[in-house]
Amino acid sequence: MKRTLTLLALLAFCALGLAQKTTLTVAVFPNLDDSLKAQIPLFNKKFPNVEVKLVIQQYADHHNALTTALATGQGLPDVAAIEIGFVGRFAEGQGFEDLNKAPYNASQYKRLFTPYTIAQATASDGRFIAMPTDIGPGTFFYRVDILQKAGVDPKSMMTWPGYIAAGRKIKSATGAFLIADAADVAWINIFATTPANNSPYFDEKGSVVVDSPRFVRAFELARNIRTAGLDARIGAWTNEWYDAFKKGTVATQFSGAWLQGHLQNWMAPETKGLWRVQQLPEGMYASWGGSFYGIPTASKNKALAWEFIKYVTTTEEAQIAGFKAIGAFPALLAAQNDPSFAEPVEFLGGQQARLLWRDAARRVKPLKANKYDRIAYEILGTALSQVLDEGKDIPSALAEAKRLIERRMR
Amino acid sequence: MQESLSKASPLSDPSRWAMRWSNFQRRYAPYIFISPFFILFLIFGLYPTLFSLYMSFQSWTPSDGWGRWKFVGLENYTFTLTDPMFWRSMWNTVWLGVFSGLPQHLIAIPLAFVIHMVLSRFKTFVTAVYFLPYITSSVAIALIFNTLFATHNGVINLVIAHLNTWPLLGALLPDQNINWFTSANIKYALAVVVVWQFTGWNTLLYLSAIQAIPKDLYEAAAVDGASRWQQFRYITLPLLRPMMFFAVSLTIIGNMQLFEQPFVLLNGGASTATPGGQTATMYMYRTAFEWLEMGTAASIAWILFVFIGILTYLNHLVFGRAARGGE
Repeated sequence: MKRTLTLLALLAFCALGLAQKTTLTVAVFPNLDDSLKAQIPLFNKKFPNVEVKLVIQQYADHHNALTTALATGQGLPDVAAIEIGFVGRFAEGQGFEDLNKAPYNASQYKRLFTPYTIAQATASDGRFIAMPTDIGPGTFFYRVDILQKAGVDPKSMMTWPGYIAAGRKIKSATGAFLIADAADVAWINIFATTPANNSPYFDEKGSVVVDSPRFVRAFELARNIRTAGLDARIGAWTNEWYDAFKKGTVATQFSGAWLQGHLQNWMAPETKGLWRVQQLPEGMYASWGGSFYGIPTASKNKALAWEFIKYVTTTEEAQIAGFKAIGAFPALLAAQNDPSFAEPVEFLGGQQARLLWRDAARRVKPLKANKYDRIAYEILGTALSQVLDEGKDIPSALAEAKRLIERRMR
Repeated sequence: MQESLSKASPLSDPSRWAMRWSNFQRRYAPYIFISPFFILFLIFGLYPTLFSLYMSFQSWTPSDGWGRWKFVGLENYTFTLTDPMFWRSMWNTVWLGVFSGLPQHLIAIPLAFVIHMVLSRFKTFVTAVYFLPYITSSVAIALIFNTLFATHNGVINLVIAHLNTWPLLGALLPDQNINWFTSANIKYALAVVVVWQFTGWNTLLYLSAIQAIPKDLYEAAAVDGASRWQQFRYITLPLLRPMMFFAVSLTIIGNMQLFEQPFVLLNGGASTATPGGQTATMYMYRTAFEWLEMGTAASIAWILFVFIGILTYLNHLVFGRAARGGE
């Protein structure tokens, strides 16, 4: 009798549970969470019984927590946001569902996205671990007021020698620096000159190529800017960096399209109307950033998680909502045809900048992720600062970097 | 014991129960009361330590999931010990250990003596002021110093620029703003932060040791005509030796594990100054959490452990033995 009662009570409890909402946990970092907050009400129109619970942590904490959770298989969310800096590493690991396989069959959606994002989320063995949601087409930001004061035509900066020559003019006429950190010029050259379907640092066979001519040129350009005293030697994401944008002590900056949102919202709102954008010099196209959503293998709500990811990444309304909320540039091609793209961007003096970014996004070559990309990036960063700060000569710095990267590939 | 001989049911014999209970209490209750510490220690102390030792012989990428490790023997150790990046971070750590550790003590000992002798009336207040940096969050400190050291409008560079206009001093100082966040300069900035933060702590240690020195020693010395300096040199310094051993050991351990200050000042490793300011623990963190090489990171931890052990032993040879010999 007692047992029957317990059973009945259990059944009643389960029935209640079914009538209640299912909870889907989504782990995300700022300010991608703001874009999700705009998308969730739309998602709930389609799935009213799903309660989406956001777990928001700062960028580094979010990815550390995700790494730890993957390591132990405990405390994983149903859906995990992954930033571009981590997607390659997570792709090479075994912690995420392969979305190529059933029941996901994500291959049918791949053509809907900006092509290079698919390569970014694909492991070397072909597994596809995350769906792209936003992208960061690279662009060239400049302060139109400073350039005018120095009598510099922005078109003249479309070659690297022209860029440096303009920098000298700007420095002598206005005292402003050409760029915050000369290293940025090296990096964009490295990323943008990578052959299609290669990693920036490894060739198709996986051998290290960091001593090849395109790296030498990238390093030389950065060193030329540094020795001419044209860079402010300010690291990105520091108070001095924000301050330089506010006060206009730096005339140009290379960055993803998202920099406009950051400048406008918090970094330098008072510089509204003073900035313009153009494509990168010498017909270069590169991507800066981007975010993805993946399903951890240990997730308990995989079917629902997939519905959610499919909704936020492949429906136009969700992508547009995210775009309007935080300026996250949609990875979904169809969303890029939204009329709002032709609207002038007031912060950029009414320029139709989004069309320019869309054009850039479509020209970026697909890169292949390599397991050792992150290590190679940091070793090369050290080599670059040895060249710029310590006066080391370029060939030996690159040879040393190559040796260090090869050592790491155990 | 004798239970088997007794025919009566134990339940029927209350005195036997009472005896057992008190026996149990006497024997085991202390262990139960002390067990929370051991349980916590086992979970959060011993287990991770042993696990990291195990890990240091494995190759493991955490994003692969639990249990997907591969035994590699001593490979992690041979890799780390022949890794130029590791040795560069070790060199940074030792450099910082010396240039931020030594000044702490060279300032703290005389400071403690002065506070004790001259400022004894304001002792509590002065000590509290010096101690304040120690209890302030390292992250907050690093953020503030980040602003102070800023290249273009940091206070430190502004002061240097101002001093530059002085007639004699100006010639000695650079006429350009110093970029503290380059690989070459970041070490000095870091050393300043560490000295500022921990000098107060050492002062407190030395002050408590000085207070324990019997007053009559000083009185006798004063009667014999010893000056303040002689009192300091021949009474305070020798009697401070045991405390020096203790304080220097703490500094060695602390400085070899320096992490938050460089981590925040170097923007978590994103800064271009990283190669010059990366300490061994920072390198370990990046190996583990950015490059996801857990096994290699564990081997770094154990190499660092051995290194700290050796340094502490050397310190013991210098101060510890001498302290005992002086007694």
